[in-house]
Amino acid sequence: MNIIEKILANASGRKHVSPDDIVEAKIDMAMTHDLTGPLAIKSFREIGAKKVWNKDKIVIILDHLVPASSVISAGLHKIVRNFAEEQNIENFYDVGRGGVCHQVMPEKGHVRPGEVIVGSDSHTCTYGAFGAFATGIGSTEMAAVFTTGKLWFRVPEVIKVDVEGKFQKWVTSKDMTLKIIGKICADGAIYKGLEFGGSIIRDMTVEGRMVLSNMAVEMGAKAGLIEPDQKTLDYVNARTDKPFNPIVSDKDAEYEKVLDVDVSDLEPQVAVPHQVDKIKPVTEIEGTEINQAFIGSCTNGRLEDLQSAAKILKGKKIKRNVRLIVIPASQEIYLNALSEGLIQAFMESGATIGNPNCGPCLGGHMGILADGETCISTSNRNFIGRMGSTKSFVYLASPATVAASALTGKITDPRETMGKVH
Amino acid sequence: MEISGKAIKFGANIDTDVILPGPYLVHTDPYELAKHAMAGLDLEFPQKAAEGVIVVGDKNFGCGSSREQAPIALKYSGVKCVLAESFARIFYRNAITIGLPVLVCTGVSGKVKEGDMLTVNLQTGKVENKTNGAVMQSTKLPEFIMEILDDGGLIEHLKRRIETHE
Repeated sequence: MNIIEKILANASGRKHVSPDDIVEAKIDMAMTHDLTGPLAIKSFREIGAKKVWNKDKIVIILDHLVPASSVISAGLHKIVRNFAEEQNIENFYDVGRGGVCHQVMPEKGHVRPGEVIVGSDSHTCTYGAFGAFATGIGSTEMAAVFTTGKLWFRVPEVIKVDVEGKFQKWVTSKDMTLKIIGKICADGAIYKGLEFGGSIIRDMTVEGRMVLSNMAVEMGAKAGLIEPDQKTLDYVNARTDKPFNPIVSDKDAEYEKVLDVDVSDLEPQVAVPHQVDKIKPVTEIEGTEINQAFIGSCTNGRLEDLQSAAKILKGKKIKRNVRLIVIPASQEIYLNALSEGLIQAFMESGATIGNPNCGPCLGGHMGILADGETCISTSNRNFIGRMGSTKSFVYLASPATVAASALTGKITDPRETMGKVH
Repeated sequence: MEISGKAIKFGANIDTDVILPGPYLVHTDPYELAKHAMAGLDLEFPQKAAEGVIVVGDKNFGCGSSREQAPIALKYSGVKCVLAESFARIFYRNAITIGLPVLVCTGVSGKVKEGDMLTVNLQTGKVENKTNGAVMQSTKLPEFIMEILDDGGLIEHLKRRIETHE
């Protein structure tokens, strides 16, 4: 069996499962946030439930509109906060205590290899980077999980993606991820699982792997897993003392197909409006004018992302008519960025710094786009209206490409900015 | 259960951000959500849907976010059923959960035009285009999903199951 089959078999008490089997799996962790949580709580009450199945397996994180952006969102926070209090949920990360949910979950030790994790957020698949089966569900299904601790899954066919080669300077895990999305397409993995492997994945940091798993859902996938290795174990063991059981694919594991990708000649990549799978090398769209640049989100708001952007921005000024918004994904990342001098470098370049939260990624607040405006962003979606006006345009790229573009006011190849260093 | 209504057509990869844009996620009342259904593409949609319509999509309908508010907005604006070449997974589960029938119907995007009159039989999966006479077969929903839809969604279904057990 492959890693996904093995995890689902374990979680449903079976010896063996195959694609298309329907299993009822025990849930190890369930996460919800301020935008989908209130509806989950409403459904929980409507079902007639009084007490959650296991308060220690539920994590609630305020991150989408934080601090409250309006009276209505303040009301949503209040609903969630009261629920956490009423159910005695200790893993509740209020304003200023956590940050973006998909960063806080692993950072606070709530993600462990081999586990089944659900979240009422589509990018829950991020935890696949730690060898967990993690997937997004709706609010009412979350209410069912709160009540029973179980959920049914169809065992998916799995596509194996093997990535080999070495990155050129200023080419990152985000560029590789966009390239893979361009190959598989937005509907290429609907109802399926993805398993990522190959030498470059093993060479990559845990943070870099999270970028790839984070965007599995942009290919329609249910989950995107990477086998846990020593790097995974080191990260997880430093953050939790709870026991876990790392699982890897069997040698004779079966896959629907295997996709080979080589990144040796890969250029920085950009997803152009309005589809995540419309991928172009940066050299093809260089010069496209931008009004705003955003570095942050559950895809690319981590320390190595900020380090990469700061290398490009340090000692330089961003273009006069461009707004650069930088949002570290968590309190911990923000503190580390402060002590490394990254925040100072950003501010001196003319950037504005936001508190850890989802920020402008989903058009809720903190950098909404007007009609006709263009933003280059390190986030994960460039759908129509995603970051504001339905007449605005969003390009997705790596932190390096976004930083280089903020300097010139046009989409720019970071290799050009940094003198094509190899 | 047979459903009829005029078709409203959309293209491929209709994402949940256009079905219900992020700023409206702060609403919890389904009728308030319904006022903004498809706001990313067509601000007139709620008026058009009010008479009771069938939405026809292409591939990957409902891709993107896990927001259950997207199928809720469609359902309460008057959408009786969604037919598409394929659905994104979380949207599909959410639609069933809140009691909005969603059927995979191969070829539907080519055999239906905007405004055509459609009839859908949820039991058999048969789809008829009354305007041009085309007959299509959608993938039949499994029994346990039909039970959820018959009860009006997962919450009512769970309540009923609890009552039956008691």
